Amino acid sequence: MTATLEVRDLRTHFFTRAGVVRAVDGVSFAVDRGKVLGLVGESGSGKSVTGFSIMGLVDPPGRIVGGHILFKGQDLAKLSEEGMRDLRGNRIAMIFQDPMMTLNPVLRIDTQMIETVQAHAKVGREEARQRARDALGQVGIPSPDERLKSYPHQFSGGMRQRVAIAIALLHKPDLIVADEPTTALDVTIQGQILAEAQKLCRETGTALIWITHDLSVVAGLADDIAVMYAGRVVEQGPVDEVLDAPFHPYTVGLIGSVPSRNRRGEPLRQIPGMTPSLLNLPEGCAFRSRCPRAEPRCAEPPPMAEYRPGRFARCIHPYNTDAVAA
Amino acid sequence: MTVYLLRRLIQAAGVVLAMSVIVFIGVYAIGDPVEILISPDADQFERERAIRAFGLDRPLWQQYFTFLGRALQGDLGRSFVFNEPALKLILQRMPATLELAVGATVVALIIGVPLGLYAGLKPESPVSKGVMAASILGFSLPTFWVGLMLILVFAVQLGWLPSTGRGETVEVLGMRWSFLTADGLAHMVMPAVNLSLFKISLVIRLTRAGVRETMLMDFVKFARAKGLSPRRVIAVHVLKNIMIPVVTVVGLEFGGTIAFSVVTESIFAWPGMGKLIIDSINVLDRPVIVAYLMIIVLMFIVINLVVDLTYSVLDPRVRLEAKGA
Amino acid sequence: MSTTTAPSAAQAAPTPPAPPRVETPFQRFVSEFAASRLALAGLAVFTTIVLIAVLAPWIAPQNPYDLAQLDIMDSRLEPGSVGGAGFTHWLGTDDQGRDMLSGIMYGLRISLIVGAGSAVIACMVGASLGMLAAYAGGRTDSAIMRLVDLQLSFPAILAALMILAVLGKGVLNVVIALVLVEWAYYARTVRGTALVERRREYIEAAQCLALPTRRVIFRHLLPNCLPPLIVVGTMQVARAIALEATLSFLGLGVPITEPSLGLLIANGYEYMLSGKYWISFYPGIALLVTIVSINLVGDHLRDVLNPRLKR
Repeated sequence: MTATLEVRDLRTHFFTRAGVVRAVDGVSFAVDRGKVLGLVGESGSGKSVTGFSIMGLVDPPGRIVGGHILFKGQDLAKLSEEGMRDLRGNRIAMIFQDPMMTLNPVLRIDTQMIETVQAHAKVGREEARQRARDALGQVGIPSPDERLKSYPHQFSGGMRQRVAIAIALLHKPDLIVADEPTTALDVTIQGQILAEAQKLCRETGTALIWITHDLSVVAGLADDIAVMYAGRVVEQGPVDEVLDAPFHPYTVGLIGSVPSRNRRGEPLRQIPGMTPSLLNLPEGCAFRSRCPRAEPRCAEPPPMAEYRPGRFARCIHPYNTDAVAA
Repeated sequence: MTVYLLRRLIQAAGVVLAMSVIVFIGVYAIGDPVEILISPDADQFERERAIRAFGLDRPLWQQYFTFLGRALQGDLGRSFVFNEPALKLILQRMPATLELAVGATVVALIIGVPLGLYAGLKPESPVSKGVMAASILGFSLPTFWVGLMLILVFAVQLGWLPSTGRGETVEVLGMRWSFLTADGLAHMVMPAVNLSLFKISLVIRLTRAGVRETMLMDFVKFARAKGLSPRRVIAVHVLKNIMIPVVTVVGLEFGGTIAFSVVTESIFAWPGMGKLIIDSINVLDRPVIVAYLMIIVLMFIVINLVVDLTYSVLDPRVRLEAKGA
Repeated sequence: MSTTTAPSAAQAAPTPPAPPRVETPFQRFVSEFAASRLALAGLAVFTTIVLIAVLAPWIAPQNPYDLAQLDIMDSRLEPGSVGGAGFTHWLGTDDQGRDMLSGIMYGLRISLIVGAGSAVIACMVGASLGMLAAYAGGRTDSAIMRLVDLQLSFPAILAALMILAVLGKGVLNVVIALVLVEWAYYARTVRGTALVERRREYIEAAQCLALPTRRVIFRHLLPNCLPPLIVVGTMQVARAIALEATLSFLGLGVPITEPSLGLLIANGYEYMLSGKYWISFYPGIALLVTIVSINLVGDHLRDVLNPRLKR
């Protein structure tokens, strides 16, 4: 069985006046039907650009310069803009970070939903409206008929995000890319949306890529996790295993800096230093300047290694393994 | 909504009152009021009788209230030249000016919006840079000189378009209009284009700035992520957002267009209010000057009100607040 | 309005030459301005125009105001013809036999004096009132700003027409009309900037030192309001020149004895229909080049001095 989405060695670079920014530089991962992949990283790690690359929405000066994005076997990186547009919002949908900004403030909700239905299905206005109403009901918006006639500013942030999710669900997509969709919301609403997202994937078989910087979200939601740092995936594997016994020093640091009830009283551990500038990134492991285990050999680019079945890390001396670097 | 309208109307009345004071002081107190009110051919006896009749021997504030009282009854004096009520003269010429100003606005939108859209979508292309350079030119060109050059090229040298007058008119709703006949339309082309030059540049710049700002918004990217065609994204999502500032500014500029038609009408001998006021200034037909000023002030107030109402129709966020008020 | 204004040129001038050469704000301003070739070209053209206007009595082929030098036989000669005085009229002559080239050179003088003069006076009046409004606040502020709003809501061309209708023709009256029309732009600009600047720490510091109000305003506040004022001033000079030309064209500006470019154009109007284009055409080109060169400089100044566009 082929994965719903398989990304192989994706490279998306931005050609700015100051130089080439390698925002995504050799990223690989896969998501299966009905599964959730958590794509985790700090801001600037390239996780959002990865999401936009899958959607074919990288704007100049950015450009996909290499790799493959295999969606049900079809390479999106080589697909024409027209072909991509047929898939977008139809087979692949995206949910954005800030629900206050994703809906057009001067268009009614029904306009924004019906146009999405009609972009991919030859149906009349009435049927399109029917589908829009069903989608709103599906994400738990009360009295959808009335709400369809509203403008975005008449909704709260959480409600707007539900509308955005309803729009993403209109064509029952095979893949949803969600770019930090709960970051801007209250914790309680975040919980509701996460629960609904999980349920949807299980029921409809939609594959979900959940981009976030919040490990606790991934812990409760995702099946697999891919940790990104400076444009590369540094560790990936099943979510429980990775969080219990992380390999990569960066993952270790990331988990250590999450406040936890069990360690109350102890000072929070921080990762020293700052995320490196992606401009003119030096060869070798990008994390080595902040890494407690760094040594001269880290100046060589470390390969992605499978330390345990299904568990990969891009590090030559990982934690929690018996592997002794050769 | 009613409260809002009422408040606006009270404000408007305040502005009219303030302007009437300024006009009164300007034209009646600084200039010689006898000259304004009494025809220059009148003899000594008639003059003195008139001065008493008009109350010119009374204090200034009393005179002002007399002026105001007459004005409220629609009496803004009689023209010396035409020997007709000044108000009637101006209202007769108003359709000509209005159709010219509307024509100029339409031309500005038809030319300015597409060019601004293109320049905003492709800011780096040479065509866009050319458009932007041309828009600086549009701000800089002396309108009256461009008018002369239009006449020189299209009327004198090529002979394609008539250079002066309104051409054939049709009477609709008791007013004469040029834009309904082919001949009238031909007469209107050059003045309207001339009057629209500045506005074209304005619309280009506004549209371009709006497009560049809107294209960066998340909702545009979201619209693309929904799989909409670029055409729909631009025509519906981007344009609808841009039309708010464009309509507002162009609407507010409409008053300026009517004012600037003074120049255009003089060049193309277009018989509107602007031509009338220049002629009146040249022969010191002051009742007409006063009446024109008061009418213009009223027009400005109406325009501002209409623009505000249009704005609230276009922007749903404002509409809600207005309802709440 | 503008927020972080770069320190103005005035306070940056004397810099001790330090070994690792640090660019002063003024030098940075100059180099940023020079980055645009278009703006530099505009500046060069404008400088040339000013020189021509200043030197007109020495370089013009003829004194167009000296009736003794005019010959009615030379009237309406085509560009390039040789007149009775024995020199070539490169741009032709007008209806009184006046050499157009000389007429334009002298006309530029009037246009520039009226434009720059009114801009300078309007700037002084407007900036003072704007500063007063910002510094005094309260009723003074709202009274001044109501006046500004009223002025700005009324089209400049109409206001100027009315003022001239009351005052009559004349160079001085045109300047008065232009000042009355334009002061509000400066007042609004200065008030906006001053309101932002006066909340800055350096003003508070100056006030803590109990410096006299006058000193705080003129030595501390005003220099920091200069950048936007310079931009508005540049654009307003262009506007004033265009407005003066328009008023003179309508016959309400300068008198016939002192023809500005606008009046020269108006003189040629009636001959244009018979194909004698040059009487109106060349003064118009001179006017156009002047205004465009000023606007090019102003447009770029705005970009350079606008802190919001700094990346």
